[in-house]
Amino acid sequence: MWKEMRRLGEASLYLLPSLAIFTAFVFVPLARTIGLSLYATDPIGRPAVFVGLGQYLRLASPTFLNSVQVTFLFVLYVVPATLLLALALAVLGNLRLRRIGIFRGLFSSSIAVSGATASVIFLLMYNPAIGPLNYLLESLGLPTLRWHTDASTALLSVALTTIWLQLGLNTIILLAGMQGIPEEYYESAALDGAGFLTTLVRITLPLVSPTLFFLAVVDVLAAFQTFAPFEIMTKGGPIDSTNTMVYSIYREFYFNGQYGFAAAQSVVLFIVMLLLTILQFRVLEWRVFYQ
Amino acid sequence: MRRAIGRRIRVVLSYAVLTATAAVVVFPLYYAVATSLLSPVEASSYPPRLVPLQPRFQNFAQAMRQAPLARYLFNSVVQSSLVTVGQLATASLAAFAFAFLTFRGRHLLFLVFLSTMMIPWEATIIPNYLLVRSIGWSDSFAGLTVPFVATAFGTFLLRQFFLSIPRDLYDAATIDGCGNFRFLTTIALPLARPALGTLAVYSFLQTYNQYLWPLLITSNPAMRTVQIGIAVLRDEERFALNIVMAGVVIVLLPTFLLFMLGNRQLIRGLTAGAFK
Repeated sequence: MWKEMRRLGEASLYLLPSLAIFTAFVFVPLARTIGLSLYATDPIGRPAVFVGLGQYLRLASPTFLNSVQVTFLFVLYVVPATLLLALALAVLGNLRLRRIGIFRGLFSSSIAVSGATASVIFLLMYNPAIGPLNYLLESLGLPTLRWHTDASTALLSVALTTIWLQLGLNTIILLAGMQGIPEEYYESAALDGAGFLTTLVRITLPLVSPTLFFLAVVDVLAAFQTFAPFEIMTKGGPIDSTNTMVYSIYREFYFNGQYGFAAAQSVVLFIVMLLLTILQFRVLEWRVFYQ
Repeated sequence: MRRAIGRRIRVVLSYAVLTATAAVVVFPLYYAVATSLLSPVEASSYPPRLVPLQPRFQNFAQAMRQAPLARYLFNSVVQSSLVTVGQLATASLAAFAFAFLTFRGRHLLFLVFLSTMMIPWEATIIPNYLLVRSIGWSDSFAGLTVPFVATAFGTFLLRQFFLSIPRDLYDAATIDGCGNFRFLTTIALPLARPALGTLAVYSFLQTYNQYLWPLLITSNPAMRTVQIGIAVLRDEERFALNIVMAGVVIVLLPTFLLFMLGNRQLIRGLTAGAFK
């Protein structure tokens, strides 16, 4: 008994620093978010009037439902495109050629770029008057776009920036996954006369499917949490076409002082993200080929 | 002979595809660097100038002069270094306990650690913002760093590494009278250097690239980080495109150096942590 207490005592010395931080900045705040969501607050964020589920009833508003729709649309734009493009880049980067390392580095370079700097770069590329993207469209004889300033293309413009931003990490991890595939598989496939495509579909893809699954989870969660490109490029506009859940939360508490309402939205976001993670694990797990 | 020619064509074709793809992928970065070297007139000309014929390196000096970029850089590097050191310290302590010590509730506590990875930062941000503001940590390094100095991911990564150290080594050291803390600092940590390196690169990149949190808690220009600074720079009318891009390039430089130095290490560590 005494010995057990001493063991626990010593272990807690090692765990305490982390546990203290988690308690102060993760667990207590999560509980407080849930608490706040049941109140109407005063201008500096103190709970003032208990409203029960009142804040949640307000979520049925067209504005919030719109932000849910925008968020899901954004995930739909970003995740499949990122995965497909990264897969293509990784397949190219996995070719057995000299100096291929240079190309791998170039393909994955966006991993060093932050959301804020990527947003500033893309903003200038989207510039309707002097940006290179409209120049490209014009040279191809296509109509030019107003990119992030037009409600019909703004979300796509932010999505394009985010896809580019996520591409680096996805490519790097897929490349690492492909390099983990034993050489013998390819050798015996070559002996059987399998071509590039057959090898890709029959060997590479099944064997990197756990990696793809992992990246799908990471990408969906990252897309849900994307903030900097929205704040820097569109500020939720035009006419709320890029007002995602995360941006809406920020706007409600930071600008409108609606702490309780924003907290209710955070709780919904938390539950959606939790469910999505669990769902993805459940649904995808049995389809994935584990070695 | 025919087969050799066929292979040769395939190789040339592969390089052509690789080069074209790389050009598209890297274009945004190329565009940033090229624009940062243009003169003000060239930067606002149409069609856009994509090749700086007479590179103007003074754009960088001008960007540094016109905005407190040096101060922003200093703030970001201090913030990221403090978070990195803090995470390395807290994660090695916790990982050591999970890997080597036996105590009641170990599995439960490990689950508690892992559960923090399931809680999105947005679900806690309002109370954290209110807390930091109420204890006077706005516009301070404490506010920028303390909430981030513990890491479940880092603990998990280091624990995996510690578990690969033979248990016999620990038992032998303990019998020889080596205390736990001494075992951690003189034996376990030096062995775990690759994992520590991975975690260091990862947490530095993450912190340096933060946007929402510094945006919320810093308003004084003297305490802004580079990511906020660059967004502010872009909003100011008096800055020409070439100067804004020079600022962007300056902000990108530290993470690019880190990426080039720690790239291989980062991948090895991250993939090991993700799949095992």
